[in-house]
Amino acid sequence: MSLLPWTIYFTLGGALLALAAGARSAAAARWLALATALAGWGATLGAAVRFTPAPGLQTLVDVAWIPELGVRYHLAADGISLTLVVLTGLAATAGVLFSWNVTERTGEYFALYLLLIAGVYGVFLSADALLLFAFYELAIAPKYFLIAIWGSTRREYGAMKLVLYSFAGSALVLAGLLWARAASGAGFGLADLAAGPYTAGQQTGMFALVFLGFAVLAGLFPFHTWAPTGHVAAPTAASMLLAGVVMKLGAYGCLRVAMPLFPAGLAFWQPVIAWLAVAGILYAGAVALVQDDFKFVIGYSSVSHMGFVLLGLAAANAGAVGGAVLQMFSHGVIAGLLFAVVGRMVYDRTHTRRLRDLRAMPMHRLLPFAALTFVLAGLASMGLPGFSGFPAELLILVGAWKTSPVWALAAAAGVALAAAFTLRAIQLAFFGRTGGAAAGAPRQSLPPITWPERAGALLLVGATLLIGLRPDLLLGWIGPSLQSPLFQAALKGGAP
Amino acid sequence: MNGDYAALARALAPETALVAGALAVLGLDLMWLRRRPAETRLRTAVGVAALAVAVAVMLVLAVGRAGVVAGGALQVDTLALAVRLGVLVLALGALGIATGAPIPRHPVEYVAVMLFAAAGLTLMAAANQLLLAFLAFELASLSLYVLTGFDKARPESAEAALKYFLFGGMAAAFFLFGLSLLYGLTGSIAFPAAGAVLAAPHSSPLAAVALVMVLVAFGFKVAAAPFHLWAPDVYQGAPAPTAAFIASASKLAGYGLFARLLWAGTTPGAEGGVPGWLPVVAVLAGVSLLLGNLVALAQTDVRRLLAYSAIAHAGALLLGVMTAGRAGFGPLVYYAATYGLASLGAFGVIAAVERGGGCRRLEDLAGLYRRSPLLAGCLTVFVLSLAGIPPLAGFFGKFAVFAAALRFDGPTGPAGGLALLAIALTVVALYYYLVILKQALVAAPAPHNGGRIAVPQPAALTLAVTAGLIVLLGVFPSLVLGWF
Amino acid sequence: MSGFPWLSAIVFTPWLGALVLAWLRRLGASASRWVALLFSLSTLGLGLAALTAFHPADAAFQLVERRAWMPALQVEYHLGLDGMSLLLVLLTGLVAPAALLASWRLERAPRLFGALFLLLQGSALGVFLALNFFPWFIFWELSLVPAYFLIKLWGGSGAARAAYQFVIYTIGGSAFLLVGFAAIYAATGTLDFPALAAGGALAARLGNPWATVAFLGIFLGLAVKVPLFPFHTWLPPAYAEAPTGVTMFLTGVMSKMGVYGFLRLLWPLFPAPLHAAAGALAWLALGGVVLGALAALAQVDLKRMIAYGSVSHVSYCLLALFAVAAAGGRAGARAPAVAAALDGAVLQMFNHGVTAAALFACLGVLEARAGGRRGLRDFGGMRAAAPVFAGLCGIAMFASLGLPGLNGFISEFLVLRGVFGLAPGFAVGACLGLLLTAVYLLNFYQRVFHGPPGPVAQGCADLSRRELGMLAPAVAVMFLLGVFPQLALGLINPLVTAWAGGGLLP
Repeated sequence: MSLLPWTIYFTLGGALLALAAGARSAAAARWLALATALAGWGATLGAAVRFTPAPGLQTLVDVAWIPELGVRYHLAADGISLTLVVLTGLAATAGVLFSWNVTERTGEYFALYLLLIAGVYGVFLSADALLLFAFYELAIAPKYFLIAIWGSTRREYGAMKLVLYSFAGSALVLAGLLWARAASGAGFGLADLAAGPYTAGQQTGMFALVFLGFAVLAGLFPFHTWAPTGHVAAPTAASMLLAGVVMKLGAYGCLRVAMPLFPAGLAFWQPVIAWLAVAGILYAGAVALVQDDFKFVIGYSSVSHMGFVLLGLAAANAGAVGGAVLQMFSHGVIAGLLFAVVGRMVYDRTHTRRLRDLRAMPMHRLLPFAALTFVLAGLASMGLPGFSGFPAELLILVGAWKTSPVWALAAAAGVALAAAFTLRAIQLAFFGRTGGAAAGAPRQSLPPITWPERAGALLLVGATLLIGLRPDLLLGWIGPSLQSPLFQAALKGGAP
Repeated sequence: MNGDYAALARALAPETALVAGALAVLGLDLMWLRRRPAETRLRTAVGVAALAVAVAVMLVLAVGRAGVVAGGALQVDTLALAVRLGVLVLALGALGIATGAPIPRHPVEYVAVMLFAAAGLTLMAAANQLLLAFLAFELASLSLYVLTGFDKARPESAEAALKYFLFGGMAAAFFLFGLSLLYGLTGSIAFPAAGAVLAAPHSSPLAAVALVMVLVAFGFKVAAAPFHLWAPDVYQGAPAPTAAFIASASKLAGYGLFARLLWAGTTPGAEGGVPGWLPVVAVLAGVSLLLGNLVALAQTDVRRLLAYSAIAHAGALLLGVMTAGRAGFGPLVYYAATYGLASLGAFGVIAAVERGGGCRRLEDLAGLYRRSPLLAGCLTVFVLSLAGIPPLAGFFGKFAVFAAALRFDGPTGPAGGLALLAIALTVVALYYYLVILKQALVAAPAPHNGGRIAVPQPAALTLAVTAGLIVLLGVFPSLVLGWF
Repeated sequence: MSGFPWLSAIVFTPWLGALVLAWLRRLGASASRWVALLFSLSTLGLGLAALTAFHPADAAFQLVERRAWMPALQVEYHLGLDGMSLLLVLLTGLVAPAALLASWRLERAPRLFGALFLLLQGSALGVFLALNFFPWFIFWELSLVPAYFLIKLWGGSGAARAAYQFVIYTIGGSAFLLVGFAAIYAATGTLDFPALAAGGALAARLGNPWATVAFLGIFLGLAVKVPLFPFHTWLPPAYAEAPTGVTMFLTGVMSKMGVYGFLRLLWPLFPAPLHAAAGALAWLALGGVVLGALAALAQVDLKRMIAYGSVSHVSYCLLALFAVAAAGGRAGARAPAVAAALDGAVLQMFNHGVTAAALFACLGVLEARAGGRRGLRDFGGMRAAAPVFAGLCGIAMFASLGLPGLNGFISEFLVLRGVFGLAPGFAVGACLGLLLTAVYLLNFYQRVFHGPPGPVAQGCADLSRRELGMLAPAVAVMFLLGVFPQLALGLINPLVTAWAGGGLLP
C-alpha cells in the first residue's frame, strides 16, 4: 500500500522530465511519458496485490503541513480509492498510447497530461479535505491547455466552458468545506470534519454546496452541458481521460466527502439527486440518439452513464453505492475505448466525424480493427452481460429498487436508450455500406492501425472483459470499504 | 518622545540603509558614470541599490521583534517585521525587473527614488503614531508619483502621474484631516487611542467623520472601490517597474499600516465585540470585489485588466483586514505578500515584452510560448497564482482569508457572506486570467510582433526567483504563516 | 459418466469452434464451412450422449453443474437439465447444422459467418441450460450480437433496418426483464431459478404494486422474444431479410428461447400474477394464432408468409400455457386437460422448431433456384421439375398443418385438447387458426408446386446432396415423432405431471 503515494510523485516527476525532454525530441517525450504512466500504474497494481480489504481508510502518509490552517498532508486509501487509482493508471497508459501521434509541442502535451494525472491520483488518495481540493484544482489548468492547444471543434470555447464549470463546482465545494470547518472547529481532515458536530440545518446546507459542487464535475443534469462540448473539443487522449477519469473525480468527491460528512443532508436531498440523475440518464440518452457528430454521441453517452453512477450514490445503500463505484471503473474504461476509436482511429484518418459522411464509406472494411473495437466497446457501453457495465448496472438497479422502485424503472429505460443510440452509431459509422452496396463504394484505403493503438485497445478491452466476468475482483475491495463507520452512518440497508 | 534615540536609530536602521543606498547610487553615478551608456548606468545603480536593500533586509532581521520603541512612535512587532521584509523583497524584485524593462531617460534617479519609496513603505509598516504614519505615507506616495511620471517618451505616463498626484493629494488631505480629528477626540497621537475611537464611531459624530476620512485614505492606498479611479490609468501609464512596485509593495505596506491602525484599539485574537468600522469596510470590500471582477471582463489592455483585478483582490484583502482581529494578521500578510509577488512578476513579464516589441493589448502577448518560453512559463505561474490555483501561493492566501472570514461569523454574517461572494467571483476571475494565458500559451505569434524576446539576465533571474518563491510559499505556506 | 461436465461441453463447444475459426485466419472458404459444421454437429452428438445419461422419470434437474462464481452477489455458475431443456438442446442440435448447410453457398466471408453462427448457437444452448440469472442473462443478451451481425451483413436490402429493429426491440424488452430480476434480487437476495421457484410466494414478498411491475418487466422481455402479439412487429422484416440459414435458426431455436423463458421463469416465479393476467394474455395468444394466420394468407413474399405463420404456430404454446394458468386452482378435475395442454406446449416447441426450419430451408431452395426471387407468383409446376423436393417440402408443409401421422398433429392435438378442457372458447378460436393455416399452406403448395410450369421450373434441378442432407433428417424426425410421439413425450411427461400436480397452480 505504501507504493501508492509514489503514483503521484512518479507522475509529477515524469511531467517535468517530459517537458524538458520535449525540447530535445518528441520521441523522447513520448517514451518518457509511457514509462511514467506504466510506473504509476505498476505502483497501483503492486499495491493492489498486497491489499487486504478492511473497512476504513488505511493511512499512507500523515504529516503536518499548514498547522495554522488546520491542514495536514494526509494520504490514505481504502478499496474504493484503490479501484479508482488502478483505473487512473490504466486510463493514463492507454491515453499515452493513443497520443503517440501528437507531433506539435509534444513535450508540453505530455507534461500537461501527466500533471493532470498526478492531480487525479492525488484526489483519490487524499484523506484531508483541503488536500483533496488542492489536487482537484491542480488538474484545472492542464485541462484548459490540453483542450485549447491540441483540441479540435470549437476548442477555445469548449475549453473555457469546461474549466469554468469545473471551477464553479470547486468554488461551491470550497464554500461548503470552509463553512464545515468553521462550524466544526477542528482541522480539515476528513475524519475531523465528519466528527462535526453540525445541526441538521447546517448539514443540509453544507451537503448541498459540497455535493452540488462535485456533482457538476460528475455531469449531473442540468449542469452537464460543459461535458459534451468540452469532450468533443478535446484531443482524443484528453477526452479519454476527461470522460473516463476526471468525471469520476466528481462522483468520488460526492462519495468520499459529501456523503459521509453530512448524512442528514444526504437524507434530505436524496430524492432530488435521484430524480436529476434519472433525468440525466434519459435526457442525455435521447439527445445522443439524434446526433450527427460521432463524438457528440459518445459525449452524451458519458453523461448518461454518469447518471447511473449518481443514481447509485443517491440510492444510498451498500449495494447501490458498490455498483456505482464499479460503474465508475467500468465506464472509465469504456469511455476511453469509445473516444479512442472515434478520435484516434477514425477521425485522425478520415478527418470527419459526421455520421452522414462515415455512412458512405465501408468503414468496417477499411478499418476492421476499429470496427471490432468499437463494436466491443459499444456492447460494453450498452451494458451487455459479459462486459463490466452489466454487473455495475445490475447492482445499481437492485440498489435503486430497494430505495425507490420507480427510479429503477426509469433507469431501465435508460438502458434501452443506450442500446438504441449505441447501435445507431455502430451501424452508421462502420456498417453503413455492407453487402452488395459495399462493392460499389469507391476504392480507398486508410492508414493502418498502429501498434500503440492496438496495444491501448487491447488493454482496455481486456479490462472491461475481465471485470465483466469477474466483478468480484473489484467488489471484493469495494464492499468492505463501505462497511466503515463513516459510510455506515450515511448508507442505509445491509449487504447487497 | 523621551530619550532612547539609540533604540530609535536601531529600529530605523533599515530605512537608514535604504536612504543611504539611494544617496550612494546618486553619488556614484554623478561622480563616475555620467558618460557611460544608459544600460550600464542602470545596471550599476540597480546593483548598488540591491546591495542596499539586502543590507536593509539583514538589519530588519537583526532588529527582529523589538516591540514598542521610542515612546510608542514605532511598534516593531511580527506584523512590522513581516511587512518590512515583504516590502524589501518586492523592492528587490522591482529593481530586478527594471533591468529588463525599457530603460528610462534618467535611470539612476529612477532607482534612487524607488529606494526612497521603499523607505517610506517600510516606515509605514512600523509606524505607531499618527504623525509618523502620515509622514511615511506621504514619503512613499510622493516618491511613487514621481516614479509614475518617469517615462517621458509616453504622454500616458505624465497623465497617469498627474492623476495619481491629484487623487493622492486629495486622499492625503482627507487623511490628515481625519488624523487631526482623532487627535482632537483623544488628545493623543498614539495608535491605540486612535484605534479605540475608530472602533466606536457611534460614540460621536466626529468619530464617524474621522473614520470615513481615514477609510478614504486607506481605500485610496490599496485601490479599493470607490477610491480606485486612479488605478487603471496609473497601471497603464506608469513604466512597468513602477506599476509593479505600486501593485505589490505599496499595497502590502498600506494594508500593514491601516490594519494596525484599525485594530489598534482592540487586542488581536480576542473574542471580543465587533469593531464599529467593520460594516463600512465590509461595504468597501463588497463593492471592490464586484466592480473589480466584473469590469475586468471587458478589458482589452493587459495592464488595465491587471488594474481591475487588483481592485478585486483589494476587496478580498479587506476581508483579511476585517478578520484580523480574531485570526491575527497572518492570513492578511500572507495573501498581500504573495499577491504582491505575483503582480510583480506579471508586470515584469509585461516589461520584458515591452522591451521586446511593445505590449499594449492582450493580443501583443500572442505566441509568448514561442517568443520566450521563460517568460511564458513565469507568466503562467504568476497568473495562475493570481487566479488562486493550488499549489501556488495565491490559492493559500485566498484560502486563509476565506477560512478566517467564515470562522468569524459563519456563512450568514457580513464577513462570511463576503467570503462566499468572493469565492463565487473567483470563477469570473478565472475567465479573464485564462484569457491572458490563452494569448500567451495557445495563440500563435502575431506576424507583426512575433520575434524572439531576449530577456536580460538579471531580469530573467528575478522572474525565475519570483516564480520559484510563489511555488515555494504555496507548497509551504507555514514559512510565512508560522511567524504569526 | 457422472464426472464429465456434459452441459458445459454442450454450451461451450460451439464457442470453442467460433474461437478456432476466428484464430485461423488463413482458413479457406470450404474448410471454414466444414469446421463450422463439425462444431455445430457436436451439439447433437453431446445431446444424444446426455440423453443416454438422462433419467426421464426423475423430474428434478439432472447433470447439474454448480460452481461458485461471485459469492458476494449470490451468483453461481449453475447449469441443469430437465426434460424440456433436453428436448430443446436436441432441437438446436438438429436445426443448427441444417441451417449451416442452408448457408453453404453464401460467398461472403464464410469464416466470419461460421464463427458468428457458432457463437449464436452456443448462446442459445446456454439459455436453455443456465439456472442462475446472471449466466442466463449473459447468454440471453449475448445471442443478440451475432444475430444482429448475421442479419445485417448477409441479409437482403432492408437488412440494416430489420436488424436494428430486432435488436432494439429485444434489448428494450430485456431492460425491463433486468429490472424485474433486480427487484426479485432485492427482495430475496438470490438469483437461483430453482431456489426462487421453490421459495414460493415471490409476489407476496415483493409487495404490491412492485410485484406487478416486476412481473410485467419479465413478461415484456420474454414476450418480445417469442413473439407474442402485439410485440411481434419486428419479426416479419427480420425473418424476411435474414439469409435462409439464419432465419431457420431464428425461427427454430431463438423463438423457443422466449417460450422456454415463460415456462422456466415467469410461470414458476409468478404463478399468482400470471393467473390474474392469464385471461387477457390468452386473448393475446389467440390473436397471435388467428391474426398471424390471416396475415400469412395475405402475403405475397413467401418468406414473410412463413414468418407470420411462425408467429401463429408459436402462439399455440403460449395459448396452452395461459389457459393452464387461467384455470388456476381447479386442477383436480382438470388435471388431464392441464397435462395435455402442457405436454402439447412443450412438444409444440420442438415440433414447430423442426417444421418451421424445414419450411424455411425449402424456401431457401426455391429462392436459390429463382435467383433471389421469392414471390408467390414466381413459381409454378415445381413438382414436375423437382419431385423429391416437392415431396419433402410437402411433408414439411403437412407437418406444419398438423396432418395426423406427422409430428405436428400430436402437439397441436394435445394443445387443443388441453385448451378445450380448460377454456373451450379459446379452443374454438384456435381451430379457426388451424383452418386458416391450412388455407395458406395449401395455397402455397398449390401455387408453387402444381399448375403450369413457371419460368423457374424450366431448367431447374432437383435437390443436391447438400440440400437433401439439410432436409432429410428433419423430415425423418417428422415421421418418427408422428408415429412414435412417446419418444419425446416420454421425456417430458414426468416433468409435466410434476408441474400439473405441484404447487404451480395457486
